[in-house]
Amino acid sequence: MLFICTDPTAPEYVPAEDNIVEWGAEMDARGITRHGDRLRPVEDATTVTVRAGEVVVADGPFAETKEWIAGYDIIACDDLDEAIEVASKHPMAKFGKIEIRPVWPLGL
Amino acid sequence: MTVEAAEVQAAIEAVSALEAARITATLIRITGDWSLAEDCVQDAFARALVDWLERGIPGNPAAWLTTVAKNRAIDCLRSAASEQKAVRELSILARLEGLADDEAGDPAEGDDRLRLIYTCCHPALPLEARVALTLRTVAGLTTAEIARAFLVSEATMSKRLVRARAKIRDAGIPYRVPPPELVSERTAGILAVLYLMFNEGYSAGGGDSLVREPLAREAIRLNRLLIALLDGSPHQPEAMGLLALMLFHHGRRHARTDAAGDLVTLEDQDRELWDREATAEAVALLTAADRIGIVCGSRPGSYRIQAAIAGCHMTAREFGSTDFSRLALLYDRLARLAPSPVVELNRAVAVAMSRGPDAGLALIDELERTRSLEGYYLLPAAKADLLRRLGRMPEAGREYRRARELAPSEAERRYLSKRLAETRREEPGVL
Repeated sequence: MLFICTDPTAPEYVPAEDNIVEWGAEMDARGITRHGDRLRPVEDATTVTVRAGEVVVADGPFAETKEWIAGYDIIACDDLDEAIEVASKHPMAKFGKIEIRPVWPLGL
Repeated sequence: MTVEAAEVQAAIEAVSALEAARITATLIRITGDWSLAEDCVQDAFARALVDWLERGIPGNPAAWLTTVAKNRAIDCLRSAASEQKAVRELSILARLEGLADDEAGDPAEGDDRLRLIYTCCHPALPLEARVALTLRTVAGLTTAEIARAFLVSEATMSKRLVRARAKIRDAGIPYRVPPPELVSERTAGILAVLYLMFNEGYSAGGGDSLVREPLAREAIRLNRLLIALLDGSPHQPEAMGLLALMLFHHGRRHARTDAAGDLVTLEDQDRELWDREATAEAVALLTAADRIGIVCGSRPGSYRIQAAIAGCHMTAREFGSTDFSRLALLYDRLARLAPSPVVELNRAVAVAMSRGPDAGLALIDELERTRSLEGYYLLPAAKADLLRRLGRMPEAGREYRRARELAPSEAERRYLSKRLAETRREEPGVL
């Protein structure tokens, strides 16, 4: 799973350097992508917690951070090096950050 | 200990560290399981202690150990496979059973250890875990030894190693020499790990230097192994440069402190105490690195230049006959290749030595204005030294005091106090 994150310290976004279309086409052709999309900004986030049986619904993301998750991609790679290569080609690696997290199936 | 027990001990020590890494590397390649591979190899060494006493030392101890470790792995996997009927385990079993008992002559053997080093030094692992894992798996140090070197408890180090192995498995860090487009950056990472390991052992940033010297020796040994494994690769010359750098520094270790444990600067060191053999080897390494570099078209990187800088000092008969203009030139090249304020500071000192303290002082003043070295004690220390050479004692005294406030160790503070006292002696009436 690639979490596509913003980064306030990253260089300013340059539309001409946004190669997301080519990225998607290359990864589709390589059979790597499973699913991915953008996410609405943090203002539209809702956090759900259950404490002592009570559902607590809060406005906004769970943590006070300047970075937030802007999108996600589910990809299938042989190993971490391939995931790093795929992530490094994503435009948001330049204008934000990408966190790679292996999926840990629940096995239900 | 009876004579026989001593013999067994010696035979085990003779094969231990690097053999263990070789066998572990092979088992990891086939099973993909770090803990299993390490446990089985440790088990084989434990069995050797008992078995060899009873039945004598085998003709080929390494082959014996490989067989025992392999069979242990087969036993472990068999019981796991029969429980889960796991297809993966069965295919690993088949490959293990096909593994010859002694693959010492197998060209894949060198590749296995190279794979092991690249995996241990993967950039997705935290830096200290990379060093610890390399020492544990490639150098064959015990967890207790590594913990001692890093001044942490054995339990802490053990946890760190377990976490690192788990990350390799769970994050999908591949066990292999990376593809060509990554080799350059990853090899640089390995050299950085070896350099860090050496520095930990050499400068002993806090703590007991006697405990840490083995780290420096381990880094040198691993660097030799890496050079052999990189034979024919364009990255070999830079690895040779790093080894030369280590040997130059290591060759000065007995001259760096006096009997009281006080720091002796390069200028005042007794050059008779420098290790001539290490220096000669380092010089030869640099020459060979240049030759190979020309053949495979790799230009000197930062380690080769740093080694050349160290060589400038190490090959001078006395401090005064150091080739300072070459030194300044080398720092110039280093500053262009790997710009850093510390390199600039060293360049300023070299310029001061070749063109006079005023020229050096101008560069230091410029550096001071950038504020990039604020809080770094060597900047006021270097400045003080140049001011002292110019006879500007009150200013020199002020800088020595600033340096002493910032100095990280007692030995360095004592040295600066001594120098500070000198500025007062030479300028009576100023306190």
